This record gives sequence, structure tokens and C-alpha cells, in this order.
Amino acid sequence: MELHDVWFVLIAVLWIGYFFLEGFDFGVGILTKLLARDRPERRVLINTIGPVWDGNEVWLLSAGGATFAAFPEWYATLFSGFYLPLLLILVCLIVRGVAFEYRAKRPEENWQRNWEHAIFWTSLLPAFLWGVAFANIVHGVKIDQDFEYVGTVGDLLNPYALLGGLVTLTLFTFHGAVFAALKTVGDIRERARKLATKVGLVTAVCALLFLLWTQVDSGDGKSLVALVVAVAALVAALVANQAGREGWSFALSGLTIVAAVTMLFLTLFPNVMPSSLNADWNLTVTNASSSPYTLKIMTWCAAIATPVVMVYQGWTYWVFRKRIGTQHLAEPVH
Amino acid sequence: MDLALAPETLARWQFGITTVYHFLFVPLTISLAALTAGLQTAWVRTEKEKYLRATKFWGKLFLINIAMGVVTGIVQEFQFGMNWSDYSRFVGDVFGAPLAFEALIAFFFESTFIGLWIFGWDKLPKKIHLACIWMVSIGTLLSAYFILAANSWMQHPVGYRINEAKGRAELTDFWRVLTQNTALNQVFHSFSAAFLTGGAFMVGIAAFHLMRKKHIPEMRTSLRLGLVTLAVGGLLTAVSGDTLGKVMYEQQPMKMAAAEALWDGEKPAPFSVFAYGDVDQGHNKVALEIPGLLSFLAHSDFESYVPGINDTNEALQQKFGPGDYKPIVPVAYWGFRWMIGFGMASFSLGLVGLWLTRKRFLLPAALRTGEDEVPHLVLLKKPLGSKLTRLYWLLALWTMAFPLIANSWGWIFTEMGRQPWVVYGVMQTRDAVSPGVSQAEILTSMITFTVLYAILAVVEVKLLVKYVKAGPPELTEADLNPPTKIGGDSRDADKPMAFSY
Repeated sequence: MELHDVWFVLIAVLWIGYFFLEGFDFGVGILTKLLARDRPERRVLINTIGPVWDGNEVWLLSAGGATFAAFPEWYATLFSGFYLPLLLILVCLIVRGVAFEYRAKRPEENWQRNWEHAIFWTSLLPAFLWGVAFANIVHGVKIDQDFEYVGTVGDLLNPYALLGGLVTLTLFTFHGAVFAALKTVGDIRERARKLATKVGLVTAVCALLFLLWTQVDSGDGKSLVALVVAVAALVAALVANQAGREGWSFALSGLTIVAAVTMLFLTLFPNVMPSSLNADWNLTVTNASSSPYTLKIMTWCAAIATPVVMVYQGWTYWVFRKRIGTQHLAEPVH
Repeated sequence: MDLALAPETLARWQFGITTVYHFLFVPLTISLAALTAGLQTAWVRTEKEKYLRATKFWGKLFLINIAMGVVTGIVQEFQFGMNWSDYSRFVGDVFGAPLAFEALIAFFFESTFIGLWIFGWDKLPKKIHLACIWMVSIGTLLSAYFILAANSWMQHPVGYRINEAKGRAELTDFWRVLTQNTALNQVFHSFSAAFLTGGAFMVGIAAFHLMRKKHIPEMRTSLRLGLVTLAVGGLLTAVSGDTLGKVMYEQQPMKMAAAEALWDGEKPAPFSVFAYGDVDQGHNKVALEIPGLLSFLAHSDFESYVPGINDTNEALQQKFGPGDYKPIVPVAYWGFRWMIGFGMASFSLGLVGLWLTRKRFLLPAALRTGEDEVPHLVLLKKPLGSKLTRLYWLLALWTMAFPLIANSWGWIFTEMGRQPWVVYGVMQTRDAVSPGVSQAEILTSMITFTVLYAILAVVEVKLLVKYVKAGPPELTEADLNPPTKIGGDSRDADKPMAFSY
């Protein structure tokens, strides 16, 4: 295994980390409208992710930064090619971060309601758009011999990609509902479980269709294994949720994300961004990667930093392990 | 295509707008994290309640600020790929590494521990909770270090080679990129300017409350802490600015000649206080100068030769081929002056304040004030009159944003002074833009970010004003009884959180 292969795996790990973690906090953001009945319930949901959403988001920044360093051509083609969707994602992430931090800082009804709308939409849109983006990466887009994206925005909104968007949207919402059931107490916990079942069934249909399509399109033996794991984990997550085993259910919905994203990366390899115009113009781990020296330094950095990050982020979840309900909300100080 | 709307121009405007905006929050984040951590340390060590109230007060302002810093930083990470894809392809092998290090090491640190700090008041024992804000502070410093090393490589590329076959720059010595003198001097200069900024911010707000005789114990402490930070930060900013200037005279003589609007080389060269130039004719119409000072600033020698814009341009043409290697001279010239002027104005005010509020043996016993009294402003042996006292407080309040202006112009100067290069001597800015991104797309994104940032600026400032006016909060039972166990002491399962969104 050469260094650029190692880095393909590491980039996959960073994206998996991002979707696993931000996946449920996007989901919780969406649930503020789907599940919460009033402001205290919305606050409960927001506070389940309050201490952790910012750290979760850094997985994206790391994936972006690491792609820049390890696969500059991939970084350049992807972000200049998917320009407008990415712009929309960035706007959402900006508003979302401010919304969490500022919502409770003024008592006015309008102020709080507007930021709550913002939290919902800025969670929903990226949850959908990341699926669209990844489906397009896997499926291949119009890339010319200079590695420039020559398609239009419309080309990115093809049926396969839209289905991909639907999968991440529903899967993250399910993951979020399971997380909410795990982290809350009282009436909202029960309702989170019931909602998780409904959303989970829709997710199962979308995910099965999308993953099968992917398998038929560009799959092999390994990707089939990942597909089976993803679907089995999703079914098991639903069963565990039904049985009230919230911890298991969350671990399994997380496993679904891990397996599904793994499958996408497996079908991608050794390409990083295939061209739909000509296979000679594919960006691959070889022609898109940095020099061995850079990759070596980056490998040292990632090998040391990533496990440490996992330890202290894991510790954070342990510190904030208590369930919360409306009775735990602090009186806002204004 | 109309040059004013050419993709290169638009991409540069967007980079300028988003970066200057982002950097309004960065220095305040860096300094307020450390200052808040310092105040909390004082609380943990002395258990004096005024320190905890001050920690909560400045911590709140810090959080309002860092939220903006974090979200505007996301754009910085991605716009290289979006608007500058040819730049990214060419330099990614070198430039990407410090960015990835920044994310993997610094951002994770900052973002994870900030969550622990915000929500951890009733979940973490006192000392661990204190350690969290120090971790955040270390994260902010590390983050700034890596990104400044990356920028320094654009100013003065080292530790790389050009791979002709692949048509790109490749890293050969990462340690050199991280430790070259440009990087170390930029880090020194930016860090000290960050503390100058935070000091002025703290002094201005403390002055606001002291003028109204509100929250005196906390604001007395804050005033003193702010003044010391401002004075030390200001002094170090001046010192590091001087050494960075000397480095730049070696590495980018054009930038420094433009900073002085020195059209033709002189020996000894004067420092220009004021000049009105005529770019087309390559000389100044009006100039007010201090003889020999520029020679000294460039080479620590009042007699040395300093090359001018015209000679440097010719030298660069011989080295890199025909072309115009001049930056926009008035921007460099005035940017340089505004950077120094606004920064040093704050520094001076800090020095004056430090003297006026001196304590102990420097002050006659009769004029010393207690913990809950507004300090007298004493010039020599007598306190200033009420009008002059008020004037000082007002000056401190009105000038508290001066360092922000200085920082912005410092960046505008150093980035625009490097033009037409994006990587000095290696790649020109016009070759760096994304060839596949249309004018309409860049225009859309530039307008989107500008409008969004403008709205958020209004929201942020209003929120800051509200919390500044509110002053330090009253302490609660929970504040004074921090938990002894990680995760909180679980005596009462329904006990409300100390803080929630």
C-alpha cells in the first residue's frame, strides 16, 4: 500500500467521522421542527448537541485541509467545480454556527424564532447537499483533460445525485432522532423513538435503492460487503430502537453511516473523482496526489493527531453523558 | 471583459473582503481567550469573586466574538479551492500541509475545548474547567501560527522545488517552512498586535463602566490588566514590526519601497511622513520627510542605500522578464501609515493610562484608592480634574477599535504590497484564479458573502453592546459551588444546567 493509498483511506476516515458526528447534529437540527412541540423542547434538542457540534464540524475542515494537502488536484477540481452548491453549504454552516451561539442571547420572541428557523434550514440543506455532492463524485462528472469541471449546476442535480441527497437527509435525520432518544428524558424521548422508526423506514427504502444503484453502476465484491453491512446495520438499528435499546440503536445507525460511506469510497478507488467524459481524464490517487515527502509528513501528523482527537472528543461525550429534559434548562440570563 | 468585473478582480475582492472581515475576530479571539483564562486562573487561585465575575463578563464577549471567528474561518479553508483552483493545484503540495496541520491540531483543540468550557461550569471540577480555557487559548495560538507560516511561504517561498514535469511546487523541507525568519517574525508581529487589540478592547470597555462608576471592582482589575496588555502588546508590536520590516527589505524590496513611495533609490534615504504621489510620472509631487530615517529602518544604518520603486522594477524585469512589478503604490503607502498610526495611537494611550493609574510607591499615599473606588488619574502629584478624567475615559472608549483598523491595514498592505505576485517570485495572481469558474458565479459568491457578513456584523455589534452595557453578571449558587466530580455531582437528578443554549 503506497502513501497515496493510505491517504485515500485517511480522507475517507475524515469524511466518515464528519458524517457520523455532524450527521446526528444535522439530524437534531432538523428535528427542532419535526419533533419539538414548543420552545422548551426545541431548546432541549439544541442543548443535546450544544457542547459538541463545533468539534463535530472540525471533521469537515480537516477533511478539506487534508484533501488540499494530500490531493491538491482533487481539492481544486471539487471545490471549483461544485461551486454554487458548496457556496450554499458554506452559507448554511456560517449561519448555523452563529444561530446556536446567539439564539439564547436575547429574550425577544422574534429573535429566538428566527434563529430557530435558521437552525432548521441550515441543518436540512447541508444534510441534503452533501449527499448530492458525494453521489456526483462517485458517479463521475464532466471533467476535461485539464481536470476542470466543465458541466453546469444543473448537471449536478441528476436523479442519482438527488437520490443520494435524499439518503443523507433521511439517514442523518434518523441518526439524529436516535441520538435525541438517547440523550433526552421525558415525553420527548418517547416521541423521538417513535419518529425514529418512521424516519428509519423511509431511510431504509432510499438507502437500499441508492446503494443498489451504486453497486450495479460501479460496485465489486468489497463494496457489496459494505452494502450488506450498511443495510443490515440500518435494520438492526430499527429493531434496537423498537426494543428501546437506545445506545445500541445509535451505535448501529452510526455503523450504517460508516458502512455506506465506506462503500462509496470503495467504489471510487483508485479514482478520487472520475470523469464522465473520458476515463483518461479521471482524477486518481496517483495523478491527483501530493509528493511522497508531503504525504509522509502528513501521515505522521494524522497518525498522531487523529487518535488524540478521538480520545478528547470521546471524553467530551462522557462529560456530557447525562440525559436532559425541559426541567434541566437553565434560566436564560439577559 | 471589463477589467473591473474580471474574475481575477472579483476573486481578489472576495478574498480581501472575507479575509479582512475574518481577521477582525481573530486578534480579539486570540487575546481575549488568554485574558479570560488569566482572569479565571486568578479566580481559582485567590477565590476572589470579582475575578469570577470578570471571567464571566469577558468570557461572554469572547464567545460572541469567537463564534464569528469560527464561522468566517470555514470560508477561508475552502475559497482557495473555489476561487483559486490553479493556485491550489500549483502550491497544494506545500501550502496544503500547514492548513491540514492547523485543522487537525489546532481547530480540533479549540472547538472541542470551547464546548467543554461553555457548558462545563457545572460538569467539571474547577481546575479541569480552567484547563479547558487554556486549551482553547493554546488552540488559537497554534492555529494562528500554522496559517501565518503558510502565508509567510507566499511572502517568501522556501523549502520547496519546482517539479517541471508536474508543473507544480513541491515541498522539500517542511521544518524550514515552519521556522523561516519571515514566519517567525510574522507570528511575533501578529501575536503582539493581537494582544494590543485585546488590551485596547478591555481598556475601552472598562473605561466605559468606570466613567459611570459601575461594576468598579471588576472594571478596576480589567482596566489594569487591559492597560498592561495594551502597553506590552504595543511595545512588542513596534519592535516586531521593525524586525519584520527589515526582513521585508531583504525579501521584498518592492513592497517596502512602495510603503515609502520612494520612487528612486537614495543614500541615505529619508522616511516619508506625508507624500502625494503621481503614479504615472513615477515621482512624488509633495513630500514631507525625515532625513536618513528610512535607511535606518531598513538596515539599522542612517547612511545606507535604499532602492526605490523604479530601480526595483527594473531589477525585477531583468530577473523575471518584461512586465510591471509595481503594486498599487498609494494603497501600500497609506496602508503602511494607517497601520502604524492607528496601532501606535492605541499604544500611546495605553502608556499614558498606565502612568495615570500607577499604584503603590509611585503614588502619594493620599491618592491611593481602595478596591471598590474608581482609581484617580494622577498626572504628577494631583489627580486630573473631572473634565480631563472624563476625557481620558472617553478617548479610551472611542479608540478601542483603533487596533482593528491597524490590523486590517497591515494585512491589506502586506498582501497588496506583494502584488502582482500571489507567491512572491514564483506565481502571479492572475495565473492563480479558477479557470472553470464563471464571472457570474464569482460575482454571486462575492455578493452573497458581503451581504451576509454585513448583516452578521450588525447582529454581532448589537449583541456586544448589549452585553457590554449589562456588565458582569451576579454570581449564582452554582457558580460558587463548582462540582468535584467530572460530569457533575449528581445529588439532584432534575437540577438545571448552569448554562444552556
